[in-house]
Amino acid sequence: MIGILAQGGSGPVIPDFGGGGAGNSCVRDNGFFCWNWFQQNWSDTFQPRLIEHIELTVVALAIGFVISFAAALFAYRYKWFDFPFTTFSAFLYTIPSLALFQVLVGITGLTLATALIPLVTYTLLILFRNTLIGLQEVPDEVREAARGMGLTRRQILWRVELPLALPAILAGLQIAAVTVVSLATVAAFVYDHGLGSPIFDAINRGTFKTELIGAGGLAILLGIASYAFFAVIQRVATPWARYRRA
Amino acid sequence: MTSLDTAHDEGPSARSGASGGTAAEIVFDSVTKRYAGQEQPAVDNLSLTIGAGEICMLVGPSGAGKTTALKLINRLIDFEEGDITIDGRGVRGENVTALRRGIGYVIQQTGLFPHMTIAANIATVPRLLRWDKQRIRARIDELLELVGLEPEYAKRYPAQLSGGQRQRVGLARALAADPPVMLMDEPFGALDPITRGRLQEEFLRLHARVSKTVVFVTHDIDEAIKMGDRVCVLRQGGRLAQYDPPDVLLARPVDEFVADFVGADRGLKRLSLRRVGDLHLLPAPSARAGEDGTAARARVAEVGYETLILVDDDGRPQGMIGRDSLNGPVNASDARSIGVFGRLDMPLRDALSVMLSQAGSHLVVVDDDGRLAGLVSADLISAELAGTDASARAFDADEVPT
Repeated sequence: MIGILAQGGSGPVIPDFGGGGAGNSCVRDNGFFCWNWFQQNWSDTFQPRLIEHIELTVVALAIGFVISFAAALFAYRYKWFDFPFTTFSAFLYTIPSLALFQVLVGITGLTLATALIPLVTYTLLILFRNTLIGLQEVPDEVREAARGMGLTRRQILWRVELPLALPAILAGLQIAAVTVVSLATVAAFVYDHGLGSPIFDAINRGTFKTELIGAGGLAILLGIASYAFFAVIQRVATPWARYRRA
Repeated sequence: MTSLDTAHDEGPSARSGASGGTAAEIVFDSVTKRYAGQEQPAVDNLSLTIGAGEICMLVGPSGAGKTTALKLINRLIDFEEGDITIDGRGVRGENVTALRRGIGYVIQQTGLFPHMTIAANIATVPRLLRWDKQRIRARIDELLELVGLEPEYAKRYPAQLSGGQRQRVGLARALAADPPVMLMDEPFGALDPITRGRLQEEFLRLHARVSKTVVFVTHDIDEAIKMGDRVCVLRQGGRLAQYDPPDVLLARPVDEFVADFVGADRGLKRLSLRRVGDLHLLPAPSARAGEDGTAARARVAEVGYETLILVDDDGRPQGMIGRDSLNGPVNASDARSIGVFGRLDMPLRDALSVMLSQAGSHLVVVDDDGRLAGLVSADLISAELAGTDASARAFDADEVPT
């Protein structure tokens, strides 16, 4: 398992804990966090890994959203579809991520697809449920007024129902984004990509603390940043929601 | 004054003083609506004609199909038997969205779009009809004024408004594209009594300005009598019980059911429908100060009264003088206060109430300029309700109110 990572190739410069080559006592002693080393390796390790991580998250979230959104619209129109899709996505959600990555290696190999598929599956339940509930919670009288004024079914969906479901949809995206950011570190286990790579690398080399904490810390910051990002989007995109009464 | 009848090609900025606007006749022709799985129809063989510009109130107990009947008009509920026509065109033959865009729709919970500003809510149908932006903006201003909301409300969201204000916006939104027909489903039902009363009166004033054919569902018989040109009473199973102007409904309910429904106090309710000015007022004996008292006394005696009304040079009542004090010239210092005057626009119910509170049998009525117009008596009022001409009868009353 670990061997897979060792073949990754593009890992950072591996410090020699005991030897004298590095000339940096912090690194030699495997200190808690060697700021110098982090800085030296920012541009060739941490920064590209961070960008990869963001890309992975965005792509997984986008695919997950397209699938769940379509499924939610379908389930909104045809109620029978709700139960099977909820069951299906809940089932996927319960599979341990490590196991799912491992199983997929046998099918899709050590590829981007193997990393992406589990990430996408973990977004489905929350995005589907939130979108569907957001639509279902549109007050009946609002829908009826829209119909009574001569909006077509499509106009009601796009101009009334979806805008009203937007806070729920964005809340779903917020949680899904944080989930994917954290799971994407595990994805490096099967595909040498994102902040998971330096984390596995650090463990593989005897738990090099600076690299572990540097990459792990960036992953945590990215999770917080994506949470904040959707909070801002919420506020800007749904100014009316602030006035909504309980 | 703004009006809602601005021609569509001129835009709402082309204001005219003329009221009127568009209105259309609505005809129900043997309409029956059956819901699947229900034995009793919701609306049963309903036929009625609602004249252009009239307010038709649909009332009845729950289960009488009032709301169903209303929603058949804009086809929120579809029906198969019979037909409904608006200005001669059957609603079932129309494109359903085009039909609805031409009909104003107001509901109890307003159904305002919470995510849109008041301005955007009002602009809903004009946008669907692809009006240009300037015209829509002008129309929004005009409608806010019409329903009595300050222009600054345009930028707010529905949740920032009170219930009464939201219902005003609901009304403005329904009026936006100047539809000839308005359907109102218990629009004021969720409001407190004071706000409801105010909105009812404002709606009547507004209706006088814009002239729409209004179909208005309510479960409140008082609202129906107050607002309606005609009241359509439906009974259980969606059958028509009576369709008449409020006064006829109160005076001559066709059966026990309608009599029960309008209430035991229907006589009093009729009083609120009529005003003092509708009566043939009784002539009041009057005199100015300094006139010959003996002649005045003879005039009072002639009509069988005990009291004379003292008026000034313009004919405004100043007080009253007992017949026995009329010796020599009429003297203003003999006069007593009259109390509260009746006015021509006063509902008979209020006139009667004043009479009772002043413990008198007559009320002195003045016209808009404050001049003596005549007298109202309790007998005159009851005779009016009985439908006979009371003014020709002799009166045994012997005194004007004290």
